[in-house]
Amino acid sequence: MDEFPSSAKCVVIGAGIVGNCLVGHLTKLGWSDLVLVDKGPLPNPGGSTGHASNFIFPVDHNKEMCLLGVQSANQYRDLGLSVDSGGIEVARTQQRMDEFQRRMTSAKAWGVDAQLLSPEEVRELVPFVNTDVILGGFYCPSVSVVDSLETGTVMRRLATDNGCRVLANTEVLDVVTTPGPNPGESTVSAVVTSAGTIETEYVVIACGVWSNRIANMADAYIPLVPAVHQMADVGPIDMLAHTGKEIGYPIVRDMDTYCYERQSSGSMEVGSYAHRPILHHPDEIPSNDEAALSPTEMPFTPDDFDPQMEQAIELMDMLGDAEIKYAINGLLSLTPDAMPCLGEVPDVRNLWSAAAVWVKEGPGMAQAVAEWMTYGYPRVIDVHGSDIARFYPEERSDEHIWARASEHFNKTYGIVHPAEQWESRRNLRVGPYFSRQQELGAFFFQARTWERPHWFESNTDLVQRYGLSERPVEWDNRWWSPICNAEHLNLRENCGLVDLSAFQVYELTGPGAVAYAERLAVNKVDVAVGRSIYTPWLTPDGGFHSDLTMMRMAEDRVRIVTGVFDGGRDKFWIRRHMPSDGSVRFDDLTSDITTLGLWGPNAPAVLAQICDFDLSQDGSPYGSLREVELNCGAAGTVKATLFRISYVGDTGWEMYLNWNDGPALWDTLMRAGGEYGLRPTGGSVYSISGRLEKGYRLMGAELESEYNPLEAGLARPRVKATDFIGKEAYLKARDAGDPEVQMCVLTVEDQHDSQGRKRYMQGGNEPIVTPDGKRIIDSHGRVSRVTTAGPGPSVGKHLLMSYLPAELASPGTQLGVVYMNEIFDARVATTGAVFDPDDSRLKS
Amino acid sequence: MLLVLIEHDRGVLGEPALEALTFGRSLAAKMNAACHGLMIGADESAAQQAAAQVGAHGATQLYTVQHEVLSDFGPEAWGESLAQVITALQPAAVLACGSERGNEVMAQAAARLDLPFAANCIDINPSDDLAGEGDAAGGGEGAGGSWAVTRIQWGGSLLEDADLVTVAPDAAALFSCGLHTVVSAPLDSLDPSLGPPEIQPVSVQLDAELSRTVVRERVVLESGVTLPTAPVVVGGGRGVGSADGFAALEELAELLGGRVGCSRAVTNNGWRPHSDQVGQTGTRIAPDLYIAAGISGAVQHWVGAMASKHILAVNTDPEANMVTKADWAVIGDLHEVIPAITAEIRRRKG
Amino acid sequence: MRILCCIKRVPAPGAKINVAADGCSVDAAHLGFTTSPHEECAVEEAVQITERGGGEVTVLTLGSVEAGEQLRYAASVGAHHGVLVASDGSSWDPQRTARALTTAIESLEADSGTFDLILFGNESADSGGFQVGVRVACALGRAIVNGVKGIELLERKGEVEGKGQSEGKGEGEARLRARREIEGGFEVYEFGLPAVLGIKEGINLPRYPTMRGRLASKKLQITTLELDCVAGGQKLRRLHRPAETVSETSILGQGDTGVAAAVDVIEGLGLM
Repeated sequence: MDEFPSSAKCVVIGAGIVGNCLVGHLTKLGWSDLVLVDKGPLPNPGGSTGHASNFIFPVDHNKEMCLLGVQSANQYRDLGLSVDSGGIEVARTQQRMDEFQRRMTSAKAWGVDAQLLSPEEVRELVPFVNTDVILGGFYCPSVSVVDSLETGTVMRRLATDNGCRVLANTEVLDVVTTPGPNPGESTVSAVVTSAGTIETEYVVIACGVWSNRIANMADAYIPLVPAVHQMADVGPIDMLAHTGKEIGYPIVRDMDTYCYERQSSGSMEVGSYAHRPILHHPDEIPSNDEAALSPTEMPFTPDDFDPQMEQAIELMDMLGDAEIKYAINGLLSLTPDAMPCLGEVPDVRNLWSAAAVWVKEGPGMAQAVAEWMTYGYPRVIDVHGSDIARFYPEERSDEHIWARASEHFNKTYGIVHPAEQWESRRNLRVGPYFSRQQELGAFFFQARTWERPHWFESNTDLVQRYGLSERPVEWDNRWWSPICNAEHLNLRENCGLVDLSAFQVYELTGPGAVAYAERLAVNKVDVAVGRSIYTPWLTPDGGFHSDLTMMRMAEDRVRIVTGVFDGGRDKFWIRRHMPSDGSVRFDDLTSDITTLGLWGPNAPAVLAQICDFDLSQDGSPYGSLREVELNCGAAGTVKATLFRISYVGDTGWEMYLNWNDGPALWDTLMRAGGEYGLRPTGGSVYSISGRLEKGYRLMGAELESEYNPLEAGLARPRVKATDFIGKEAYLKARDAGDPEVQMCVLTVEDQHDSQGRKRYMQGGNEPIVTPDGKRIIDSHGRVSRVTTAGPGPSVGKHLLMSYLPAELASPGTQLGVVYMNEIFDARVATTGAVFDPDDSRLKS
Repeated sequence: MLLVLIEHDRGVLGEPALEALTFGRSLAAKMNAACHGLMIGADESAAQQAAAQVGAHGATQLYTVQHEVLSDFGPEAWGESLAQVITALQPAAVLACGSERGNEVMAQAAARLDLPFAANCIDINPSDDLAGEGDAAGGGEGAGGSWAVTRIQWGGSLLEDADLVTVAPDAAALFSCGLHTVVSAPLDSLDPSLGPPEIQPVSVQLDAELSRTVVRERVVLESGVTLPTAPVVVGGGRGVGSADGFAALEELAELLGGRVGCSRAVTNNGWRPHSDQVGQTGTRIAPDLYIAAGISGAVQHWVGAMASKHILAVNTDPEANMVTKADWAVIGDLHEVIPAITAEIRRRKG
Repeated sequence: MRILCCIKRVPAPGAKINVAADGCSVDAAHLGFTTSPHEECAVEEAVQITERGGGEVTVLTLGSVEAGEQLRYAASVGAHHGVLVASDGSSWDPQRTARALTTAIESLEADSGTFDLILFGNESADSGGFQVGVRVACALGRAIVNGVKGIELLERKGEVEGKGQSEGKGEGEARLRARREIEGGFEVYEFGLPAVLGIKEGINLPRYPTMRGRLASKKLQITTLELDCVAGGQKLRRLHRPAETVSETSILGQGDTGVAAAVDVIEGLGLM
């Protein structure tokens, strides 16, 4: 045996598909002095990779999951370790047939070859399918079956050939950290294993179902839970054996029974996502020695599987007489939001997570993490939805992880609406107006942990006033109400009051605060006290990390306000880059400060009722901050910061005040606004229709690390002199001339489908196509797709946002949008705003 | 008195008899009691032939039982015979080797006398728990009592500490010692001063019906070395990959005068007959050398092989259980290593 | 042919068996359960016999309600009836177990007639007492041979010769031949029914349940018998793992480089 590696640049824990691919990709990117540790034997150390079904259905509505799946499939293919078996999803219900239309749309978006099949066409490909129980199929010829163990071995060898050390049968006992560099943080220093201690600069946790346990050793969290996926191997079946292949027939996913049938040589693997959620604590997983099979192949609980057997026999009669040779409660990883956990773990520097990744995404996600570690950001695609920093503290508890995993497990093959809301773990964080909003019949959407009213049933009267109606197709109407449009029109006509308590509010204080803020932001932060800036924060490669507002509160104090979906990632980013010389202090004020938005032509008149301040554009100019006292009657005077800004296109203010003062101000404004038509207004107006009409971009939708400010239309004429993260790349992009693509707003010209029903795109990555139906992709392979869709009640059109190649970005260009597998006429409206393009209403 | 059942096949003592005698000698010492042997169905000459060995292990009496029903081994006839001898001689304890026959005969006797029987012990101690009865447990003739035993569970993966209590004070306690858990003492290492035991026939009354389970017929499939007695066993596991893959193992085994064994995975795959299976539910082996090729060393297999005097593992995985438990290991593909070993042996033999 | 198989529910552990906190049982918190391997073969043999010559297979177990899972498993591979002799699930000593089984069998036979054949596993995978089948056979006054790896049922001479069964036993009696492995071959026993056999793995390769078999087994009506019997003389005090024998493995080499050293070892042991 070689000498034990007492030090390393980076220790990767876990030699499953992810850890192996990670050391391989790190090696390709020039890393050396790596150590790969696993407590189990090689090549199958006993994690989830060892019992994976190893197939990849590339189509997913989610961009990250789909594109990293395709990327992974290609890596397996390039190694010669996959077979394109093809795969068919079959439908037993009309709802599923409708879902297939949506899957066809996503297939088109991501460039995956797919087609719909009649039951007879399904049987031509899979002759043992009972066509009596299915209505049709969704067929992907590029569905592949991969050899994940061998791929792991090949990638590991690539690393070991370049000096990576591998320690099998070596258990990690502790991950040692040292405090600092900033208060509340620590930094990885060593990994203690059963074979000795390794001093190391970086640690990557890629240990699948055990990941949270290992993270906990460093007082960190990787919010995932080991969950059972039942699988039975039945055979021998002559018809399968006669193919003489590992897989000779396409894989069948029986979507409505949440089941799949996948040939494995002479037998069939039947897997289920239909049974009750069965979750385990990592400490309950037996060791390699204790396990009868492998640690993650837990004892089969047949009662849970019986209904699936009946359904499987229904679909494929021959399965009934096949013997159940092997059946397991296989463990896999589930997270609270069904997305992986990638990236550096907040609060522990140089501790990285590459967890909750399945075989189907393994190589691609390993590549993303390797790039992230190398370049400071992933390059393959944007992975913000998988960024482990996205989680708020409430999302890290076992209670939360278990509840959410239980809720979404059965949705693995479910039909999930883009706006679908969680049922469990609601009301984790609510604004100070929550009880008032409940009384007003608020319909809440949860944004990560925060409840936000999406519309108010109390505004039902407006629906009639504006002559609005429900949408004709239930799917389009789901998670929506015509009240949304009514609130929009009322705001444009009168005014609306919007609860923005979910804003994440941070402050940098100290002599170095402004200088540090400059380093984060593209635009100049060193403005006069009382001024604000709206600015991108870039990745080192010049793409978007964030897009938010920064306020110069004082000489040495900068406030940062960001959206709730990005709060975790932004907080992490701020703390991660903060100087450690003590010149800057970071505070999270989110729990102390509540924000109300008051907008609409009557907003100044309403506010004037309770304040003596000059609310004109002179006294409270656009973008300015003003400390004021608001007269809340019996409740007394409330201090607030008025921020003249608008994300909805009408004049008004964001009002920042102490959390506890919120209810008094809410009540006062509601009273004062009565005669001005003030209505409580929901998030649908704020985050969708209001902003869409103004073409305002949203981080995570229009703005991703794959795009830069020039493409997004957010570049200023000049670049500030001070340095900032991503500046070099940004300057290079500017030097390169006009951007290849531009963010555009499109109008849907005809919303009627082939059945004459008016349809409403949801903003679920619907592809924008040429009039003859061709996908539009740029030289980087980025596809033109809908980033946000929604109503434009004030312009009378359904609106879409999408990046388009410059030559297509001119107003009037006729294009199409694919929705539910049909092409609808769409037209480029503008790169700016379709409503009040001159911003005259903002300045009135 | 400790009575040791001396297992024999048609008069010939096998390894189990020697193990029982070896174990019995130390047990008798602990009991501070005499050690007597019993051969069921053995005639005068067989007893004479066995006497030297029996005596060398310290047994001072050798009882024999003869009856026309005892023409060959028969579990019921042997068990009934043993029961009657126990009743007649009233030993404090009876010990057999935990072989197939040993356990079966003891179970028969225990059933007939309704006495407890602890199979496959590795340690037996007279217990002092019976206060006031002094050395009753281990002492004089006819004493029953309480015993503390450690016996094998799960084929040896676990041990059970148990109390064995004979309800009647003068009843015997029945034990067997775990097969291959005792290293039988070679004859030349024993005390030559001990003379042969006194041979003493005991008469029994056996119902003719007991002949129903006497062996009717024996079929010899192979002669020569067998798996339980082979000095060398070449074992193959899942890593062999196929039935054909065993040809190389056969060749090496033959060259060394040994036999091929296999793991349960191999039997379940139908690559080898169950009679080749080494393990908890197969054969327990104790060769001088066990060459374990492509065997991971799951506990099912290990408990059948752990009595091997030496183990040489051949495996691609240096961390495989069988490798870490072996005395020597070659890390490599058995499909290359085994034929190379065969070739090298041939070369050296010239 | 009426066949009874007595089976035992046992944990299905891995390479390392942990003892539960009570010190007296296996920690099965994360283990599955199975039928002791010899008994699984006994059920298979019984099913094969009835498939060839007709008849019914009853499986019986002594244990907690959970042991019904093993009865259903037996039903899923072809057994017809299931009987649970209910216990508290604790480990009963061999004498107590044998008494309970004897009582249960006598009760079943009083209701529905004698079992032609009663099959036990040679020994259980866990406690390995090597005696329950023998004790039951003795109590029932029936012949038993252990270690059986082959069964051949002989024709009922009386029936073949058309004499009917009025003559009762004697030449009309059904008989069996049982094989048991010995070194280098096997020995054969032959005796009349009813009889008892201790079955050993290797007699057959048990089938797995089919999906339909599994689904059908859910309909199995389990007969539950409540009995208790006095304890015998063997009392479990505690379970523990044997001391680990730490052996220093000498790595002779990688691949070909180890071959010469391996042959040195063989030569050194005087085995060449």
